[in-house]
Amino acid sequence: MSGVLRLDAVTKEYPRTGVAVRDVTFAIEKGEFVFLTGPSGSGKSTLLKLLSFAERPTSGEVKVSGFSSTSLRSADIPQLRRRLGIVFQDFRLLTDRTVEANVAFALEVTGTPANAIGPKVGRLLTQVGLASKATAMPHELSGGEQQRVAIARALANDPFLLLADEPTGNLDERATRGIVQLLREINALGTAVLMATHDLSLIMRSGYRYLELERGVLLYDGTDASRLARHQ
Amino acid sequence: MSLALREALLAFRRAPLMSALGITTIAFSLFAFGLFGLVALNIRAALLEVEDRVEVRAFLADGTSEDAIAALLGDIGAFPEVREVGYVSPDSALARSREELAEFSDVFDASVLPGSIEIRLREGSRDPVTVQAVSDRIATYPAVDDVRFGREWVEKLYRIRTVAVYAGIGLGIVFALVAVIIIGSTIRMAILARAREIEIMRLVGATDGFVRLPFLIEGTIKGTLGGLLAVAMTWLAHGLITRTLFESVFFSPMQVAAGVAAGAALGFVGSLMSVGRHLRAVWRDA
Repeated sequence: MSGVLRLDAVTKEYPRTGVAVRDVTFAIEKGEFVFLTGPSGSGKSTLLKLLSFAERPTSGEVKVSGFSSTSLRSADIPQLRRRLGIVFQDFRLLTDRTVEANVAFALEVTGTPANAIGPKVGRLLTQVGLASKATAMPHELSGGEQQRVAIARALANDPFLLLADEPTGNLDERATRGIVQLLREINALGTAVLMATHDLSLIMRSGYRYLELERGVLLYDGTDASRLARHQ
Repeated sequence: MSLALREALLAFRRAPLMSALGITTIAFSLFAFGLFGLVALNIRAALLEVEDRVEVRAFLADGTSEDAIAALLGDIGAFPEVREVGYVSPDSALARSREELAEFSDVFDASVLPGSIEIRLREGSRDPVTVQAVSDRIATYPAVDDVRFGREWVEKLYRIRTVAVYAGIGLGIVFALVAVIIIGSTIRMAILARAREIEIMRLVGATDGFVRLPFLIEGTIKGTLGGLLAVAMTWLAHGLITRTLFESVFFSPMQVAAGVAAGAALGFVGSLMSVGRHLRAVWRDA
């Protein structure tokens, strides 16, 4: 297999709530940009958890960058996480620290040498367009800007894959366009992106490949946007 | 490491009241332990002093020759349990008795008193069993008429000491458990207060050890500070007792250091036990 990420007949069942993901198979190639969509409770978040190894599949195999869910030890998970960038709808910033401290945090806790952290944080903030807000506190920023900080943090360890769980779910139209544009730029530099979203117009405009989940089953995997027009 | 230390110290600045509360509670449990230790230490000191006076006295048969006495002194003095032996002649026994008891003031004839050998035992050989064994051995010499030692007295002393030691160990364990539980719950609160940071640490790939380290450092610092505070409080209590009640002994520098180290160890163990359990609990859905 050549994909950076591959799911093979993956099923995830929870003891209380039942099957969340059923028999899902797909792969993402290096440098691809893929959307993940489906109604609430269709299994998008479970799928992302499986990809970041926050959950293990009940059956089937998840393979991410050479790490396999069938053989990975818990102690290997940090190494895997350093190769992934993850962003969420609610940003998850540390509200008691500045923007630059938030980004630096990801580098500090993964053992980046202290003298390399400052320049790297500067580059990351420039990349997401927030160089001028380095010393601001998160609450002083707009939602779109906060998500940019979260993206800068996710990029800190140069991930090969960025997982974005509804990154524009809390943002207005304009901020959403800005974030998607930023994710495209990141993708253009070689990082694969898997972005979960409810926003079908986003997918249609992009023309990118998308995965559609419904009740845990992978309903569609392709680029045919006309299907989505019917949903709307 | 430096980051972990910084994070641990930051915890004190972020929640100064809770940290102070944690340290104080640890200090009080260790203080209670320290007070008991002080009592045990003083009982022990008193016992050693009393024990020092434990002696065996062998009364000699009338007419035992000086040569026989010298031989006997040599023999008994060579017992491994014996620290020193001394001959008390009838004359000196009378003189001593006159000093101690008024009834003897009109007794002038030393011949009414037997000569005797006083035997003092080495430290560690003053327990009832050894004292009895030494007495039995001395009694086998023909020149020895009778052997006396304060049997009941010796046995009672030892019982007190045994009770003191066991009570000390028992209370020590209870207080140590209390300290571990207290530190565990302050760490639990610290973990909950920092749930967001821990979540992000894991999200970006910090290792478990790295996530744990600040909490272990925090617990150990709290334990150490609690230990120091407890030593200070125990010292003040000791000063108060000495001033108002009686002269008492304080811990040696080594014992003080051991007490502080015990605080640190309790802090470490408490946080170690708490950290594993509660880190799982805050590990949400990253």
